[in-house]
Amino acid sequence: MVKTKIRSSIKDSKGDRRFHTVVVILMSIFAFLVLYPLWFMIIASVSNPDAVLNGDVWILPDVIDLNGYVSIFQDAQLWTGYRNTILYTGFGTLLNLVLTIPAGYALSRPTLPYRKLLLWVFIITMFFGGGIIPYFYLISNLGLIDSPWVLILPQGISVWNMFMVKAYYESNISNELLEAAQIDGADHFRTFWSIILPISKPIIAVMVLFYAVGRWNSYFDAMLFIRDESLYPLQIVLRNILIINDNASGGITGEDIYERLRLANQIKYGVIIVSSLPIIVIYPLIQKFFKEGFLVGSFK
Amino acid sequence: MEHLHSSTAKFSTTKSKLQYGFKRNWQLLVMLFGAFAFTFVFAYIPMYGIIIAFQDYNPALGIGGSPFIGFDNFTRFFDSFQFYNLMVNTFMISFLGFIIGFPLPIVVALFLNSLRSTKLKGFFQTIFNAPHFISVVVLVGMLYLFFGEYGLVNSLVLVFGGDRISFFLESEWFRPLFIGSGNWQETGWSSIIYLAALSGVDPQLHEAAKMDGASRFSRILHVDLPAIFPTISIILILSIGNLLSVGYEKVLLMQTGTNLQASEIIATYIYKIGLTGFNEPGYAAAIGLFNSLINVVLLMLANFTAKKFSEHSLW
Repeated sequence: MVKTKIRSSIKDSKGDRRFHTVVVILMSIFAFLVLYPLWFMIIASVSNPDAVLNGDVWILPDVIDLNGYVSIFQDAQLWTGYRNTILYTGFGTLLNLVLTIPAGYALSRPTLPYRKLLLWVFIITMFFGGGIIPYFYLISNLGLIDSPWVLILPQGISVWNMFMVKAYYESNISNELLEAAQIDGADHFRTFWSIILPISKPIIAVMVLFYAVGRWNSYFDAMLFIRDESLYPLQIVLRNILIINDNASGGITGEDIYERLRLANQIKYGVIIVSSLPIIVIYPLIQKFFKEGFLVGSFK
Repeated sequence: MEHLHSSTAKFSTTKSKLQYGFKRNWQLLVMLFGAFAFTFVFAYIPMYGIIIAFQDYNPALGIGGSPFIGFDNFTRFFDSFQFYNLMVNTFMISFLGFIIGFPLPIVVALFLNSLRSTKLKGFFQTIFNAPHFISVVVLVGMLYLFFGEYGLVNSLVLVFGGDRISFFLESEWFRPLFIGSGNWQETGWSSIIYLAALSGVDPQLHEAAKMDGASRFSRILHVDLPAIFPTISIILILSIGNLLSVGYEKVLLMQTGTNLQASEIIATYIYKIGLTGFNEPGYAAAIGLFNSLINVVLLMLANFTAKKFSEHSLW
């Protein structure tokens, strides 16, 4: 706020105003490019599929046709996937928080024993890993194949996120505060619980956002490790609806593919909307949190 | 990233008052234990598993029982007819992606930051960030819908008098689709970090430049850009270190039988020969190790260069 006031104390030149206009136009074009595909999916999901395939739907829905949503709501597999993903995301994110927040705090403390060594132990994993093949055998040896735990435990901690928490505490907690607590006789557990956690809301919100979105959106581990259809997360169900069918019909053209497209396409648009609904609802609510927390916690 | 480097120095001034020593601080180790245990199991044990890259690995015999064959898996890969194609495909996707994807967020951040109204800035940001939250599966599903035989893009092509294009069947369309959609999704999100750096620019610098008659555009070049240079160089180092790690989860979903010529990359090849029936885990692990070693070497080179020519490096 202060910034804008100071800036406006000298009047902009004509060229500056022109430049500003150009910037606004460019940003508006970019915003249109980002928004239009999203808008198109909404109108395509409620329009008559023939009109969509003929290229008659551009700005508003053509003839309203909700049959796509009717079939979506009858698709048991999709709702099982939905429920599974809610469970995986919920418990998984909880585990992430329990592991990440205290660890990030501990690493932010200069008095942590073996601090330098421990930092490197974590940093190395950010740039080097065993790769997917040894990972697969590890999971298999742990007996996690076809277990719901495989979608919760292996992603228990993201070192990147942990370092973000560490940076947040480094720039938000004064040593004086902690020294005062120490003098009062509080140990680290108590300090963390009653002093640190209450001022950690922004960073916790950011962590919930990062972890939960990551878990909600991931499909690869489930594709590798889950065979049992009743354990499929939402993304695998989506992949089967949105992509597998397309690949199978890749070679066929003409009438045949058109008829299949007609039936399937409207459902695809609708499924995308339905599956993204939680994020669409939550996104504006947490916007302000990640502006505060992410910016403070990120690299500076 | 700089905090990894500087945090030790930051606290040295108050060192005397803090109480060091194991006895007083063991509880901190307890707080770190969970993260350490998970990292050990899911990151370090697979590193031990790299041994199979030097074996003719048989899962039934395990690491202990499988015979060692030295560097045979590696030389086999270097000699194989796929080697050249895989390297080129992987490199091209990330290099072309980098050429466009690296400067774009910087430009967007500089432009957004130059907007006078904070409301307008926030409005644009909310829109630009939104695609980041779309899953890969949905993103690729959207691509199939929009660029399909009867998709929106082909409707547009018809309007302008062209013929329908089979975007997903022709391999020359793979890279534009992959990179274009990647930028569509991540440009806004990647610009956040630069916006954060820009918010730290002292307004008085702008004011002073303005007094000297500098235009808005030249202030972006001479005040804003230098201010975010440290951030740019850190991101640059990190991107170079990732030059051979393409988002294979997305590539895998975008592959069709006919675009493999451009879309088969090292990581998807590893997945196929190691885990989908070809059953050559030792060979696949060797290719994986080769890939990540290149990444580490590139990262170190980039960091070394950055250290030599500027003061902004990872370590």
